[in-house]
Formats: sequence, structure tokens, C-alpha cells
Amino acid sequence: MNLKSINEIEEEVISEFEILDTWMDKYEYIIELGKSLPLIDEKFKTDDYKVSGCQSQLWLKADKENDRLFFSADSDAIISKGLINLLIRVLSNQKPEDIANAKLEFIDKIGMKEHLSPNRANGLQAMIDQMKRFAEAYLSKNN
Amino acid sequence: MARAYIVPEKAVDTSIKKIFDVEKIRKDFPILSTEVYGKPLVYLDNAATTQKPQCLLDTIEQYYKGINSNIHRGVHFLSEKATTNYEESRVKIRDFLNAKSTNEIIFVRGTTEAINLVASSYGNKNIKEGDEIILSMLEHHSNIVPWQLLCERTGAKIKVIPINNKGELIIEEYEKLITDRTRFVSVVHISNSLGTINPVKKIVRIAHERNIPVLLDGAQAAPHIKIDIQDIGCDFYAISGHKVFGPTGVGVLYGKENLLDSMPPYQGGGDMIETVTFEKTTYAELPHKFEAGTPNIAGAIAFGSVLNYVNKIGFDNILKHENDLMEYANEILDSIDDLRIIGTAKEKSSVISFLLGDIHPYDTGTILDRLGIAVRTGIHCTQPVMDRFGIPGTVRASFAFYNTKYDIDMLVRGIKKVIDMFS
Repeated sequence: MNLKSINEIEEEVISEFEILDTWMDKYEYIIELGKSLPLIDEKFKTDDYKVSGCQSQLWLKADKENDRLFFSADSDAIISKGLINLLIRVLSNQKPEDIANAKLEFIDKIGMKEHLSPNRANGLQAMIDQMKRFAEAYLSKNN
Repeated sequence: MARAYIVPEKAVDTSIKKIFDVEKIRKDFPILSTEVYGKPLVYLDNAATTQKPQCLLDTIEQYYKGINSNIHRGVHFLSEKATTNYEESRVKIRDFLNAKSTNEIIFVRGTTEAINLVASSYGNKNIKEGDEIILSMLEHHSNIVPWQLLCERTGAKIKVIPINNKGELIIEEYEKLITDRTRFVSVVHISNSLGTINPVKKIVRIAHERNIPVLLDGAQAAPHIKIDIQDIGCDFYAISGHKVFGPTGVGVLYGKENLLDSMPPYQGGGDMIETVTFEKTTYAELPHKFEAGTPNIAGAIAFGSVLNYVNKIGFDNILKHENDLMEYANEILDSIDDLRIIGTAKEKSSVISFLLGDIHPYDTGTILDRLGIAVRTGIHCTQPVMDRFGIPGTVRASFAFYNTKYDIDMLVRGIKKVIDMFS
């Protein structure tokens, strides 16, 4: 099976965002992503899986299959769902060490950061931190 | 020449319009003509804080340029001038609230500190284990937590006046809550999250029939309606400068003189003492007993100048304009299918809290923000209210006298865009 690397997926996302001219187009795209999120099972919507630092509620879970991590998430706010879905697309089905080391430069390149309020930007960072923590936890468990 | 003493009704009407020219008033507020994200700012977050008129900026600049000095006890020219201006501001606030004496006007940082002062000073002295404090479900967290802290210290208990589905206090339930252990009532005058105007005179009268003192959180009332402390009859009243077009970091606690007199100091330090030895300290007279340390001098003086400005506009004009805005907004918002207004009290101030279908308030706020519209989203520091309605929060548009129907049109356009984007 030929799996794409984090960098390759980042490049895909960047080229998709290139055709979105205005902030409105970008938000609409994020909202669409929010509607197609691989949802977390209801029973995991607990405080244990909650990502703190978001104004809305957001739950995130990681599962390991073979040597790769798979993420699922949910939020009560759709823009948050869209943002986490974007991150899931890039980081899910990747090796923990690659997730932990990912620079995620696409976030700056797609021009989304300038459209996010400081609150949202903090929320996005909290999501990334949590995903990397999951990856690091798996790495330290195996060492 | 004979003078016309009888003015025709129409002439009176015109004169009111002439005094209240919203476009002219808007020019007094520099921030209102700025842009965000390249769009003209539509500021509808006045319940969080209000914008500042030029006269406030001028007063602060003049103070630091030509008057700045520490107040009280200074013998030099500047200190006396600063003291005079500071104390004159206290007089303006006394008159603004129609209090009896400047001894009843304590400068604090804001409503939150005013409530903490009463909960600590009055509470520690008078409230004991098993005593009861009555609050309402509409309270801002800052009128809940200070009392919870007091209860932790003393073993007293909090009882809560419930609200109906419109967001109005159920007064019969309030009367039932009062027992012979009730020692204090602390209630909001106007709800910050729903806009409900509470029947404060009635609340005070019911408590006073049993000799229970009442504090009113007036943070949201002071910018919208004429406050007449003597008419209301409450024992304490708290306001924040920044909600009344004044600076942040200055507010006022009004307290009846005999009560304040009987209360121990809240904080110790300079300015609140008469004599200090290591054996014993005697405290200054009111109001200084409660003003330890160098206060926000510039802020207090600027607050006074802003109150002059607000008085000049006049609360009759403010109320009329804001009622017109509310009527206009309610009518248009009612026509939007997916829009649900939370808080529909009969007596309501310039706040509209709403939800759009099942769109999260945070999502709505994000898009409105990008359209240049400043609203607040979330629980508005009133979690019990949100829990009562079983909602994660609301989007709150709150008006001030400088808002216009154009602002509401922009809000409505924004709301329609949001519905469009999320459907």
C-alpha cells in the first residue's frame, strides 16, 4: 500500500487552498470539512478526551493500528470540527514519530492563521499539541 | 416682547430630536469610525464594555500632562489640584446616583471589587454559620463567587431566586426563600446576559420589611437608565466605570453611610488611616476608610467628566433611542425563521441574546467578527442562566445610545450570511 507522507498531504491541502481567494471561501471550505469529520464514538465524549483551550467543546481520540495512529474527534462548533478534520487529514494514519516531528508548515501557507481570531488560533494550537502528545505518549511507551 | 410660555407639543418633540443627534454623538467616539478587517466597525458588545468619548481621552491627557500628582495630604499645588479634581468627581458620582452624601461613594476598581468589598467587610462581620444569603439565578459570576467564598469562610448558605421561561425573577419564590436566617440579599439590577430589568424597588422593600440589607449589582443598569439610589432604597449599589463610557479600572460602591461606618476596612494601607503605630492604628473617616493605597486618580477624574457628558445627552433621550432600537431589532429578528431569542422579559434593557438553529454561538460569532460586527458569544459569565435554558451559550448583541438602525441592519445581514454558510 502506497501511503502518502505528512508532507505530501500538506502539499495537497496547500494547493486546494490556493484556489480559495477570500476569507469567506476558506471558512466555507472549513465548514464543509466540519460536516465530514470522522466522528468520535459518543462514549468517548468525556472529560478525559476533551481538549482544553478551546472556547467550544472538542474531544479527540487516538488509536494505534499496526505502527500508525488514527485520530477521531468531535466538537459542538462546526468551525472547530473543520479545523480538527484538516489536522486529522494530515496527521491520521501516520507513524507516531512522524506526527511528533511534523512541522505543519501548511497552516501558515494556507493563510488560515491570519483569518483566525487569537482565540481560534489558540484552539488550533491546542489541537495540534494534543495530537503530538498522543504521538509522544505512544513513542515513550514503546521505548 | 411677550414670551411664549406654552410650547406646542411638536416643538418640544423637535427640540428633543435636536439635542439627540446620534450621528453627531457618534463623532464623539473616535473608535466608532474605525474599520476592522477593512469593514466599518459595527460595535454591539456594549454589555461587555462601552466605547469612550473624546472628552474622556482629553481628561486623561490633561491630567497626566498638567495635574498628575498623588492625592490627599500633599501641600503642593499639583497635589491639591489633583485632590480637588478627584473629590469633585466623587460629587459628580453622588449626584449621578442621587446618593445623599459623598461619604457613601467609595472608589473601587469596578463592580467585582465593590461586591467583594461588601462580602468581605460586611459579610465577615455580620454573617455567621447557618445564616442565609439570597442571590438570583440571573447573577453574573461576580455576584456569586464572592458570596460562595464568604460561605466557605463562615458556613453560611446561598439560596437562589429562580427565573421563569422569559428570564424574569419569580418574586413569589423570592418571598418564600426568606427565613429568619436570611441575612443578606444581593441581586442584579439588569441582567447582563438576558437584559431583564428586575423589580429592584420591590425586592428591596420585601427585604427591608424584615430588616435584611440589599446590594444591587448595577453594572448593566448605569449606562441605560437613570439610577436614583434614594428612590430604590437599597443599602449597597455597585457600578463599573467602563460600562458607562468611562475608563477601565475604576468603579463605585455606594453604601448607606451608617452601614459603611459600622463596617471594618476591606484593605489596609496608605490613605485609609488616621494614625499608625505598631500597637494600634486608627482609621480614616468615610469614604477614605475603604480606599487603601493610591487609587486610579486619572480614571476617577475621567469617569466624572464622562458622567457629565452622559448627563448632557440625558437619560430620557438615551432611553427613548434605545427603546426604538430594541423595537426595531426585535421586529426584524423575529422574522428570521431559525432565530431564537433567549430572554423575553417584559421589562428589558438593550440586550438581545439569541441562537441560530443548532449553530454553535462560537461559530456565529466567528463569522460575524469577520464581517466587522462585534458581538459576544458564550455564557457571558452567567453559567446558571445558560444551564437553566439548557444551552451552551448565546450570541449577545448589546446596544448603547450611539448605536443606530444601520448597525442592526448590518447585524441582520450578518446573521443571514451565517445561516447561509452553515446550512
